[in-house]
Amino acid sequence: MSNATIAGGREVTPEVIYEDLIARFKAGSPDRRRDDLMFITVPQAEAVAAITHLKEHWGFRHLAFFTAVDLIERNLFRLTYMLHSYEASIDVCLQADISRDAPIADTIHHLWAGASTYERELKEMFGIDFPGCPRVDEPFALEGWDEIPPMRRDFDTRAYSERTFFPRDGREKHDKVDIMKNELYPEVDL
Amino acid sequence: MITNPPHGGLLRTRPTDGKAPLRVFDEDRSLFPEHRDGRPDIDLSSGKFLKVWQGPQHPGITGNMSLELTVSGDEVVECKTHVGYLHRGFEKLMERRLYIQNFPLVCRICVPEPDFNEYLYAACVEDLAGIEVPERANWLRLLTLEMARLTSFLMWIGGQAGSLGLGTIGQWTVTHRDYMLDLFEELSGGRIYHMYIIPGGVRDGLPEGWTDHLADVLARVEKLLGEIDLVMLHNAVMKARLKGLGYIDPAMVDHYGITGPNARASGIERDIRKDQPYLGYDQLDFEVVTATEGDAYARLEVRLAEMYQSIDLIRQIVRKIPAQGPIHTKLPNVLQWRVPAGQTWHRAECTRGEYGYMLVSDGTDKPRRVYVKGPSYTHAMAVMEDLAVNTNVADIAGLMVSLHTYPPEVER
Repeated sequence: MSNATIAGGREVTPEVIYEDLIARFKAGSPDRRRDDLMFITVPQAEAVAAITHLKEHWGFRHLAFFTAVDLIERNLFRLTYMLHSYEASIDVCLQADISRDAPIADTIHHLWAGASTYERELKEMFGIDFPGCPRVDEPFALEGWDEIPPMRRDFDTRAYSERTFFPRDGREKHDKVDIMKNELYPEVDL
Repeated sequence: MITNPPHGGLLRTRPTDGKAPLRVFDEDRSLFPEHRDGRPDIDLSSGKFLKVWQGPQHPGITGNMSLELTVSGDEVVECKTHVGYLHRGFEKLMERRLYIQNFPLVCRICVPEPDFNEYLYAACVEDLAGIEVPERANWLRLLTLEMARLTSFLMWIGGQAGSLGLGTIGQWTVTHRDYMLDLFEELSGGRIYHMYIIPGGVRDGLPEGWTDHLADVLARVEKLLGEIDLVMLHNAVMKARLKGLGYIDPAMVDHYGITGPNARASGIERDIRKDQPYLGYDQLDFEVVTATEGDAYARLEVRLAEMYQSIDLIRQIVRKIPAQGPIHTKLPNVLQWRVPAGQTWHRAECTRGEYGYMLVSDGTDKPRRVYVKGPSYTHAMAVMEDLAVNTNVADIAGLMVSLHTYPPEVER
């Protein structure tokens, strides 16, 4: 179903889309995962314009999801917008890097009604702000959270759990190593 | 008429063709709040409004989710969805576990349909690792996915009936869902979480005599659907309450990202099983089910038709499963397995619509990032919040269930 022709006579293929994006938005080298899936990186300043262009010009009207990947070793967040064309049955994943030191990006809430939910979640889980997005400061899944955003790579889930939930009064531990050492084989140096 | 206010949502007006009963008090709006920037201007201290919380527990949905409703009289003027009651941080947990250790985890993201999580996660891992899955294993995967759809629909239709006071149907369907779970138990050892699909294939073939049990259960479910059709879809109360409720205009579908039966009931002929066939769907004979009315009753009709369709597809699949052949590709030592660096995305059509996984590998023994996209992310949040406005508070439960939402896939 990929490589289809849409109304207007324009052939929609990953190659054509990539050439258009590099000419207009300085896109980087594409990662052609499959015939119907391509990842492309664009500068952050061009991201919203590129998404709008894909939506309005090429018919990528479905925002499948919008999330981020924490590239902590490069001090970057990689914003990841997955766009789908129903006519061509192609997914184009647009990616844009922003600095972890200043995690602010342009909002796309005006393009899709569901986009503001993704941005609200990204604000809570990664600490990425989207100025102008409605309700972006409201809690998404967490309430009363005062740690660093939990989906960041430097948030240590185990350390947080041990700090927050253990030890708890009245809670007995049944660690098998302790039982072996203290009850079953006290004479053996385990 | 559709307008697009600054907040990004849609303001809807009811169709005026007389087909759908008006649930909005159109005659005199003087007692209701004015709208500013697309949202009602609510002063709770005025005493005109009341906050009502529906949930977090409700039998019509699987999981916990609250609707924070502001009502004026018995009409909802604002709705906010709250999730997080089940939040376990699945995506975060997966980043700290070996690839194989995530299989007992992913299935728990969606209790009624765990198999889609297993399949999509496996498909992503196999894609990055370059693993070919044997044909017989693909058919067995397809069988479990379609069985999961039917099982999940059985649970849903009982919830939809119960949310409008027809609790008996819930008892029938939960019983028949249990018959389906018996089959899963016989096949995989697990009733709810199966962990049947693993990277490279599936864990085992069909047990001896299993297809006979399957044929018996499918016949029972098919008979039940006929009774549900009579009792529920030809019920005057059901029609009065569901027709016109939660109207989704076709123009809303792309704007909100609505998928699955919620879109197909508004006349949008899209189904990933047809449009981007995976496993063996391109070798099966079926048509995409649609309706045009776009209300809760149309969604009920579409889902009931898709249940019949699932029964038919399962029968087709069983006939096509090769009797012999490998069911698993040999993997490297899974405790030291390093999946090549890269990123990929796979989607499938679950009962609620588009379910997808994005997997990012950095070449180590654990995923760098796993993103889970469930259809409820859109349906339970943006769509529910906007459809609830101007709805009678007594219909909110029916509306919520008619969107078929599973909150854990919102929180992940």
